[in-house]
Amino acid sequence: MKLLLENAHIEGIRFYEAYRKHGGYRAVEKALKMTPEEVVEEVKKSGLRGRGGAGFPTGMKWSFLAKPEGVPRHLVCNADESEPGTFKDRYLMEFLPHLLVEGLIVSSFALGSNLTYIYIRGEYAWIVDILEQAITEARNNGWLGKNILGTGFDCEIYVQRGGGAYICGEETALIESLEGKRGNPRIKPPFPAIQGLWMRPTVVNNVETLAAVVPIINMGGEEYAKIGVGRSTGTKLISACGNINKPGVYEITMKESVEEFIYSDEYCGGIPKGKKLKACIPGGSSVPIVPSNLLFRTAKGETRYMNYESLSDGGFATGTMMGSGGFIVLDEDQCVVRHTMTLARFYNHESCGQCSPCREGTGWMYKILKNIEYGKGKMSDIDLLWDIQSKIEGNTICPLGDAAAWPVAAAIRHFRDEFEWHVTHPDEAQVRNFGLAHYADPLPAMA
Amino acid sequence: MSDQNFKVTIDNITVEVPAGTTILNAARQIGGDVTPPAMCYYSKLEGSGGKCRTCLVEVSKGSEKDPRPMPKLVASCRTTVMDGMEVKSITSERVKDARKGVVEMLLINHPLDCPVCDQAGECHLQDLSYEHGTAGTRYEFDRRTFEKEDIGDDIQLHMTRCILCYRCVFTAEQLTGKREHGVLDRGDHAEISTLIGKHLDNEFIGNVIDVCPVGALTDRTFRFKQRVWFTKPVDAHRDCPTCSGKVRLWFRGEEVFRVTARKDKWGEVEEWICNDCRFHKKQASDWVIEGPSKVSRHSVISQNHYRGAVEAQPELVNEIIGKSPKLLFDIHSVSDVNRPEVDLSKIEGPAHKDDFLPNQKLEGQRKLEVGRK
Repeated sequence: MKLLLENAHIEGIRFYEAYRKHGGYRAVEKALKMTPEEVVEEVKKSGLRGRGGAGFPTGMKWSFLAKPEGVPRHLVCNADESEPGTFKDRYLMEFLPHLLVEGLIVSSFALGSNLTYIYIRGEYAWIVDILEQAITEARNNGWLGKNILGTGFDCEIYVQRGGGAYICGEETALIESLEGKRGNPRIKPPFPAIQGLWMRPTVVNNVETLAAVVPIINMGGEEYAKIGVGRSTGTKLISACGNINKPGVYEITMKESVEEFIYSDEYCGGIPKGKKLKACIPGGSSVPIVPSNLLFRTAKGETRYMNYESLSDGGFATGTMMGSGGFIVLDEDQCVVRHTMTLARFYNHESCGQCSPCREGTGWMYKILKNIEYGKGKMSDIDLLWDIQSKIEGNTICPLGDAAAWPVAAAIRHFRDEFEWHVTHPDEAQVRNFGLAHYADPLPAMA
Repeated sequence: MSDQNFKVTIDNITVEVPAGTTILNAARQIGGDVTPPAMCYYSKLEGSGGKCRTCLVEVSKGSEKDPRPMPKLVASCRTTVMDGMEVKSITSERVKDARKGVVEMLLINHPLDCPVCDQAGECHLQDLSYEHGTAGTRYEFDRRTFEKEDIGDDIQLHMTRCILCYRCVFTAEQLTGKREHGVLDRGDHAEISTLIGKHLDNEFIGNVIDVCPVGALTDRTFRFKQRVWFTKPVDAHRDCPTCSGKVRLWFRGEEVFRVTARKDKWGEVEEWICNDCRFHKKQASDWVIEGPSKVSRHSVISQNHYRGAVEAQPELVNEIIGKSPKLLFDIHSVSDVNRPEVDLSKIEGPAHKDDFLPNQKLEGQRKLEVGRK
């Protein structure tokens, strides 16, 4: 069942005529006849959870928005999709820009935002043109501007390009950057819902979250909540990549098991050349990596499904997170140490440098991992890495510190033998990979 | 709301503070070891704090109304107190561990060139690592380095020592109204700099030297002239047309080596002073001397200045791991350097230069001098 990508393959859907012909902007027509409170109530009923990574209930977030008299409010769409492995928003904006614009109009109406911004990462330069064209088309057809559909509601949408920093995907850093300042995360509280953009109440939502408001209004919140399982309602876009036969963006109803998602032809289509699965990062690079033996079955022996609760079953000891839906598959030929080093390098490069544990710790972790990977590591380095990540996690201003610490922690937790092998076999580690963890074949005698 | 008082308990000491006070400021009212250290927070600078993470505390009880503890350690400089809040600072192992981690992180890219650093002796990072850090580091890699940069006629920036507290950025922005420098780049390669080598030129910009917790911003009129503990602080004032003119002069002998703003017991400037007072009035005759500044007895600045004020405590010796007071730094029991045949631990009383072979060169010098007389 597809809600967001249903019309994605219709020719010309990127443009207004085709989009409108296939039922576009019905949600705006419907929503603007309701009161803003009713729209928020529908979203609350739908149980929609933030699709950017944290999974916070959107309706609840909207109801936290402060509404002081005489102060404008803002909605900001977070299109700064920078998580390694995640490219679902790009797909959505590139093929269905009007879906986002429609979702933005409905959400702006619900929140009372007359000035709405799309903050898009600088690397998505060509999508800026697509979005701006969609906005122009929407304005020309009376969906934006003054007095939309005669309801007296004014709304304008602006697209703002970022400078290409990962940290600007964090909502307060995004707001700082949008204000034209250096993209350093703010210290919370005050939360953006009280003091956000230009110190006005602001809601920052992910592209997919705002797009999902359209089907919620069209079908009603209660109907939407029936899709999915438990508190994971609706559909979710997963951007699958890595060692799979069919990388791409898939819309799932959260009832699929992880095994089905990887091996069925409808989705990833299995692993190329009949290789075995080694590990998987199911929600973008920040979430903990899980080895194959914990991926398909939870620690209790139940089947693991592609939804918020099932993926995080067992906590970080045996589970992981849904995250932003960047599904990265690693086959038996991949080296977890090298992979962790690459991620550590990324976080070192992207740390804003504001608070000391993250600024100094990420670089330190990268240097140690580099040593281990290139055969200069010591056994004590593994414990040191563990200690550094524990000193970063939870002690920083924004979640980037946690995001940098979790992949390292999970890699050591599940693949410690591989790290140790790198230390004890420095030369061999340069020419071959450790292979499958946990059920690895005995090492052949050194030639 | 604002005239309401909140009761907050920090390390089992209860204090009453007005609503809106931060945990750190409440702790400062108690004082002593309970007060979390602060490397980036500066009460006179709006928006400062929250960055260095040395002031992390554990909130074990949120408030009277909502007694749930806070899951994460919080930055006490930016968290306001609630009525009935209970905070653990030095009584929490978690806090002590996190602080130790932060100190280690702050030091991994800090050059530890204290022996040649002008800030040594009044450096907040030195105090912090002495009080909250560990003796060694586990960091085994090269530290980041930068070229020294003159960012004005009187200020030198040595970015290698910087801990990116942002205090100077806030100072320039809030005090001078005109910001000419800021942070470039990001992460551990971020640096404080001016746009394309532009000089900082402003009447009050010298205050960035005082707010710098380390030796990254130094006074070019004072660089390498004196160690701060050889100079004696004296409060003085003058009739200055731009600032209050209330300063601290740092004397050695009759000579004024340095002029700084007066600092309170938290190391924060009491009143900002202008560049003219700071850099150009280096004669004692420029000033009306008020008298010696009050410095902490534990500060290295107080050493050798006030004779008799600090007397050796004989009982202290008994505490030195039960050893007799022969050598305070009993590193080697046998001296390899001086007289291998002498067992140092056999020597009675504090080690004296006569216990060792005389330095031939010095001895000759002394004889010459005696001869002259």
